[in-house]
Parts: sequence; structure tokens; C-alpha cells
Amino acid sequence: MKLNEYTLEELRALLRKKEIKTRDIVKDIYAAVVDDSRNAFPLNAYISFDQEKIDLEEQHLQERISNIEETLLSGVPVAIKDIINVKGTFTTCASRILKEYRSPYDATAISFLRNHGGIPAGKLNMDEFAMGSTNESSAFGAVRNPHNREKIPGGSSGGAASAVAGNCAIAALCSDTGGSIRQPASMCGVFGIKPTYGRVSRYGLVAYASSFDQIGPITKTVKDAAILLQAVSGIDERDSTSARVEVPRFEESVGKSIRGMHVGVPEEYFGQGLDDEVRAQVEKGIKVLEDGGAHVKKISLAHTKYAIASYYLIATAEASSNLARFDGIRYGTRFIKTDDINELYRENRSLGFGDEVKRRILLGTFALSSGYYDAYYLKAQKARTLIRKEFEDAFAEVELIVSPVAPSAAWDIGEMVDDPLRMYLSDVYTAPINLAGLPAASVHCGKTQEGMPVGIQLIAHHFHEDTIFRAARVVEGAAS
Amino acid sequence: MRYEAVIGLEIHVQIDTQTKTFCRCSTAYGDQANSHTCPVCLGLPGALPVLNEEALRRAVIAGVALGCEVSGFSVFARKNYFYPDLPKSYQISQYELPLNVRGAVAIRDEHLHDKRIGITRAHLEEDAGKLMHDEDPRGPSYIDFNRCGVPLLEIVTEPDMRTSEEAYRFLTAVKEIMQYTGVSACSMEKGELRVDVNVSLREHGALELGVKQEIKNMNSFTNVKKAIDYEIIRQTHILRKGGVLSQETRLFDQGKNVTITMRTKEEAHDYRYFPDPDLVPVELDENFIQSMRETIPELPEKKRKRFVAQYGITLYDAETLCASAKLADYFEEAVQGYSQPKKIANWILSEFLKVLNEKNLEADQSPVTPLMLRELFTSMDGGEISGKIAKDVFNTMCSTGKTARSIIDEQGLRQVTDQESIEAVIDEVLSENQTVVLDVKGGKGKAYGFLVGQVMKKTEGRANPRLVNDLLRKRIERG
Repeated sequence: MKLNEYTLEELRALLRKKEIKTRDIVKDIYAAVVDDSRNAFPLNAYISFDQEKIDLEEQHLQERISNIEETLLSGVPVAIKDIINVKGTFTTCASRILKEYRSPYDATAISFLRNHGGIPAGKLNMDEFAMGSTNESSAFGAVRNPHNREKIPGGSSGGAASAVAGNCAIAALCSDTGGSIRQPASMCGVFGIKPTYGRVSRYGLVAYASSFDQIGPITKTVKDAAILLQAVSGIDERDSTSARVEVPRFEESVGKSIRGMHVGVPEEYFGQGLDDEVRAQVEKGIKVLEDGGAHVKKISLAHTKYAIASYYLIATAEASSNLARFDGIRYGTRFIKTDDINELYRENRSLGFGDEVKRRILLGTFALSSGYYDAYYLKAQKARTLIRKEFEDAFAEVELIVSPVAPSAAWDIGEMVDDPLRMYLSDVYTAPINLAGLPAASVHCGKTQEGMPVGIQLIAHHFHEDTIFRAARVVEGAAS
Repeated sequence: MRYEAVIGLEIHVQIDTQTKTFCRCSTAYGDQANSHTCPVCLGLPGALPVLNEEALRRAVIAGVALGCEVSGFSVFARKNYFYPDLPKSYQISQYELPLNVRGAVAIRDEHLHDKRIGITRAHLEEDAGKLMHDEDPRGPSYIDFNRCGVPLLEIVTEPDMRTSEEAYRFLTAVKEIMQYTGVSACSMEKGELRVDVNVSLREHGALELGVKQEIKNMNSFTNVKKAIDYEIIRQTHILRKGGVLSQETRLFDQGKNVTITMRTKEEAHDYRYFPDPDLVPVELDENFIQSMRETIPELPEKKRKRFVAQYGITLYDAETLCASAKLADYFEEAVQGYSQPKKIANWILSEFLKVLNEKNLEADQSPVTPLMLRELFTSMDGGEISGKIAKDVFNTMCSTGKTARSIIDEQGLRQVTDQESIEAVIDEVLSENQTVVLDVKGGKGKAYGFLVGQVMKKTEGRANPRLVNDLLRKRIERG
């Protein structure tokens, strides 16, 4: 077996025993990436992968940390979604406007990763500026699903899920704004967790929607995610929204019993629009939890129906402001030479952004415009408060809420490109979680008849990721 | 028809801090372009702001000093617009929930009546960078981001002023308050205080406001005054001819002393303010606000009134002394235990200020300490030196930093009060000027002055003038 096929946990053990070196793993990953690129339908999971530079990074870290084997990650290479700044690498956000942009600094999550012996290894493809659910909006081309290369991998962290599922990465660090970790993890049959808002510093994560964005891992196993999440979590003075809470040893939760755990199943998450095959797999997953000793009961989250509208108003409003800095003046691509400042802005942004990004900037700009602010942005914020409150109430009764991740398994590439509204609606089960800032994961629970993976979403109360890890391991154990 | 001007101001004051509002870059002025920048103030992708607590502290102090209510809960908002000096394409400011609200500052109007100018709000925000354009209009433009992110206090007034003079006095009062509290040095040359003016006209006695014209970004109080005066004339002409004004943003051309259109209402920005999701709301408890309140020194208005009552000086003199807290402190220290504070006040307002201005010094940087100045006065009062000699001694004190006493001793300036030696000099002078003596006797007063002058000259000014006068008169009368 090639090293790229191992889990993070397994490689860590080998590294600790000094049986292998980081560069051996990187070599095998690189070989797999090169091999895949020769496929008639390549995964296209990476935007950049510089083997020499990764080896150099390892060397530098070896010099800085004397016994790297003893660290939490022991030198395991971790692929990074191309929206997280890694010093010296290109950080393109899969956009033409940042095609040539190199990061002059490390995101805090990357500093933490390095401090724990992790090696940033390659920048992963994604939807442009994390806007999309299919990974088709990338300026670097669509990503394919390793389970069926004619299908989407999901998005926006499509490159991450595809690379991890296709053994082109050991583990990946990604971002989730409305489902961008969980939905591709579900569609590619891997594990992905979006931690509580504030758990991982956002400093150095290029902002899409600041009040939703969270960094989290996509991994082959639940245990791998627990290890990686522990490494990157923690208080950061550079992020005002970073939570002032201790980081538990997530690893220790994996494998703990769920006997007596109270689990809620919200009926609103199983209504119209949910694919029957997905429903069947998710119900199978719920049964597994019941068999593991959990008390399952039906609950109601009546405000769910406002979630998508609220999410797409607030997220795009924030995005319209967050993406305003990309003007090609100080950095990024400058497409024309002109002495008219308005023309410079117009051309750089018209040529620099793709259609989906422009659509969301326009939508958000509208929602914030004077005369519309109260009717859209403010109303959406009120709905957000209600949704958050409703979850609070639910977590007074249960420790875990389970639901589907997406209404259907992965669809064909190209199927929804002309129907953005249908694509937006596919975030119906994941976006409410970001509105409430809760932690949630997608764990693989079965496959459709076509052989496409289906994940089940596990949602916990703020800062109770440990509950998710416990339950996720039980589902994972039954599915394998 | 007579019109009345209605004037409101928006003042941007740079808050003195070591580091910028939302990052740890230095706020030092005048250094190499872009030497104080980082991912945060350059607006690089992924960078996040973190509030500088010192900037917040000083903004609260400013709010209290401006008589505002300090909000226990305030929120930073993004003001969105595109401009090359604004790297994030939004400015972090405050909008719906500002830090300080509902304040007032007292001024004296042209009729010397007390008048209160209402403060609508005083909030914390960040400055933008600075654009520099090549002399060649087709040449490149450059951006210096050293100033970008420097903390500002934006003070917005109620439309309470009616004349350019009131605006001028209000600005002076605000500047003094900022300097007294240490919130800002308000250096105009460094652009630490910038003013936007709103002016509208209405018929005298009308309650409704007219159409306002905003004049942006002036960094001199004199220009503010000129701009308002120009606007009043310009708007009066338009209205008298039956014309209609439309809301405009204008600029003051200080070369031509006129205002010119910058943009019309149609071109006005929609700033799309919304709460900045990268920053948490500012929550302040009453204890903190109280502790800030306690750090505030006596403010100029109160100090002026106290000086008049306590030291018996005029309000006008008190205003000059209190224009700077350092000068006021200097004065108070100098007059401590001294029975004639008015005399010292006069000296400070004439001789002392002249030296400070010449040397471009603040009162506390003067080589003459308050104690040294008081000693000079006690030397004068004790008859050791005359007022005329005192001026010379003072100048020497300023240039050497020595005390009055040591200068008097070193240069032998002590007054000659010894009767015999003065009489000897008088005899000498009379014998040398016999014709003048005759003139005196013939009733020519001027001639008498000449003789006194001669005696003073011979004693190098050290003879006690009163004594010289007495002795000379007696000597001449005796024949």
C-alpha cells in the first residue's frame, strides 16, 4: 500500500516510530496527483502542489521543532484549501483576480498547524471564493468526484473532499460558510466537521461571509479529524471573534460510548425535496445511533423554512463588502491600463470575478442598499436570531441533532450551472447550522444504488464537538 | 429678505496612540512611506481587525469631556465605498450605535453671551491612506498607507451655529478640550484636525432648515471661516434671485477663497453601512466610564472662570492663559504664594509668550521655570532690580537658563541704593551739564529728564530711579 492511502493516524504512528519520513509521504501523494492528472477525467483537486517547496517547509520545521515526531501531528502533510493563507504560496481563492497572488503571511490556523508538527502540503481547488455547492465555479476548472468522475464532488471544498477520498491527500484543512465542508464530505464519502463559530481563528482565512466562516478538517476518518481539529483550534488575539474557551482533547472522545445520549430528529429536515434514497440512508444512520444506546426522539425546528433566505441575504451582504477589496490596485490581477479610476475598478472586477461571485456581490449590495436594508438585511438578521434561539431551546432537550447533509447525492457536472436557485436550495440542511454558529459534521453512512456516498449530519450545541466525535465514530464503525 | 445661516460641523480629530486602531502598526508621522503597514492595515486577504483599547479609552475620555453620554453598548460598522486610499474598500466606523452621544460645548458668541453648541455624536473610526499624484497629470499616483488605520474621533454637532465666528470659536473650544485631555495634540500641520462644514440658509425667523451644502476636509480654522462666509454670500445671491439650491458636496479652494462643486446629490454615495461582523460590540460598564471620567482634568471653560475669580485677571487674559493647559499650569505654579498674580499674568502674556513664540516652545519646555519667574518678581518687589533691568535679566534667563539671582550677582546689576554714591554721580552730572541745569531752572521739564537719564547712564542703570529722582530734585532746588 502506498503511503498516500494511509490515514493521518496511521502515518503519525509510522512517523513516531521513525519508519518513514514526511518526504516519503509527500512523494507518494505527488505521484498519485501526477498519475491522476494523466486520467482522461482528472480529479483536478489541486490548484498548486510544489513538492520541492513542501520538502523545504518540512526541513524548516525540523529545524524549528527538535523532536517533531513527538508533536500532535508528527510531520504529517496536510493539504490546504486555497482560501487559507500559507506564507509564500499562491492563495488564489480559485479566482482570476488572485491568480498570481502570493501570501506574505500565515493564517493563524496554519501557524498552529506548524506548531503541532503539521506540514502544509498543496493548495486545493474550490468554488471561487467558496461560493458554490459544486466546485464548478473555480477559475481553475471543475473538480471531479472520485466515486464517479462525471459527478460533482460537492462544494465549495470540492478539491479537499475529492483529494482526500481519492487518496491525493491525507487530510485537508478547509472552510465552511453554509455547508462547504459537510456537503462535499457527504458527496465524496469522507468525514468533515465544521466546528463551533469561534473555535478556530479566522485570521488568514480569506473572508466570504465573516459571521459564518469557520475553518475545519476534511479527513478519511473521524479520529483523523479529531486530531487535526485539536491542532488548529484555540484562542487567537488576532481574531476578535475567536472564542475564549479551552480546547478539549478531541481525540479522546473518539470511541467513547453514546449510551444514553439524547438525540433529536427535526421533522422539518425530512420534508419535501429530500431524495428517497438519501432519506433511507440517513434513517439507517439514525438506527445505528439507536442501536448504540442513544435515545432518539422527534423534535421540531419550525423556523428552518426561513434559513435559506436569511442565509443568502446576510452571507451575500457580508460578501459584497468583504470582496470589495479585490480591485486590482494594490495586489491581484490588473487587467487593463487606464487613467480612469472608475474604468480600472470596473474592468478589474468584471474580468476578475466569475459569474457566481458577481451574482452574490450584486445580491448582497442590493440587500444593504439604502431603502432596502430594513426589508432584507435587517429582517434576515431577525430571522437569524429566531433560528439561533430555536436551536438553543432544542439543545435544552437533546445533546445531538441529526439530519441529512444535502437533499440528494452528488449530481452530474453541469446539471445545475444554469439554475443557481436550485443550487442555493441544496444548502437547506447545512446553512441553518452556520446561522446559529453551531458545530456540525458529515459522516458517511451509506451509498445510493448508483454507488454515490451519502452522509448524515450530526449537530451539537456550541463547543460540544466532542459529542459529535463520539456519535460520528459509531456511525463510521457501522458503515465500514 | 434677510437670511439666517444654520451651520453644523463634522470634525475629525486624530486620537494620540502609539499604535493604529485595529493593528499594532506605529502611528508615527513623517516616516518613510509605507514603513508602518501590515496585512491588517493594508487590507490583505484574510486579515482581521482587533480594537486598540487605548484608542477606545481616549475616545471615551473625549466623549466625557465633550459632555456626552458614553454608550454602554456601541457597534462598529462598515462604511463601504471605493477609493484607492481605502484598502479594504470600506472604512471601519460607527453608525447606528456610536460610542458617545448627546453632548454640548460652551462658547461665547460675538455678543459675549454664553452659548451651548450641541454634539450629536462622537464616534471612533479609522483614517484612510494618503494619495500622492505625480506633477505630470499623465504620470503615476502613489499611495502611502502609514496613516491608514490611525484612530480618529468624528465629532458631529447639531446645527446650532449661526455665524462663521461661532464656528471658529467652537472649533477653538473643541481643540482646547482635546489638548487638555491629552486625546489629541490637534496639530493642524500634520492634519490631526480636519473639518467638514454644513451650511444652509433660511429666512430669518423660519423654523424649517434650508438646503444644506457640505464643504469637505478643511484643515485650518481660518479657511473654515472663509468658506462659511463665502457660502453665505453665494447662497444669499442664489436665493435673492429666486433660485433654488440643491444639496451638494463642495470643496474650499484656498487659493481663490471660493467653494467649488465636488459632487451633487445624484452622485452621492450609498455607503451601505452595516455592523462589522469581524468586530464584537463594545460593551462598557459604568465603573469603567466612571474611571475615565475621573482622569479628566479641569477643562478650559471652568478654568477660565476660576482664574478670573481667583486671580482677579480679566476674562480676556484668562482665555489666553487657558488656551493651553501647559500655559495655564505654568501660570498657576508661578503665582503660588505670590501676592500679585495679575502682575505675573501680564508678564506671561507679554514677555513670556513672546519668547515661547520666538523659540517655538511649549510653556513646560521653557528654560525659565515657574519658580524662577516668581523669584524674578520678588527681586523686583524687593527693590533689588528695576523693571527695566528685570526685562534684561529675564532675557538672559531665557538664553542661559540661569536664575535671576545669579545673573544679578554675576553682572553686578543690583540697584545702587547707597545715597552718597548716587549724590557723587549727581554732582558729576551737574557740573558737566551746567547749561541744562539752567534750562531746568527755567522750567523745562524735558531737560530734567535728560539729567536723570545721565545719572542712570553713569550708573549703568543700576541706580534706584526713585532715589535718583528725589536726590536730584533736592540738589537742584538747593542750587
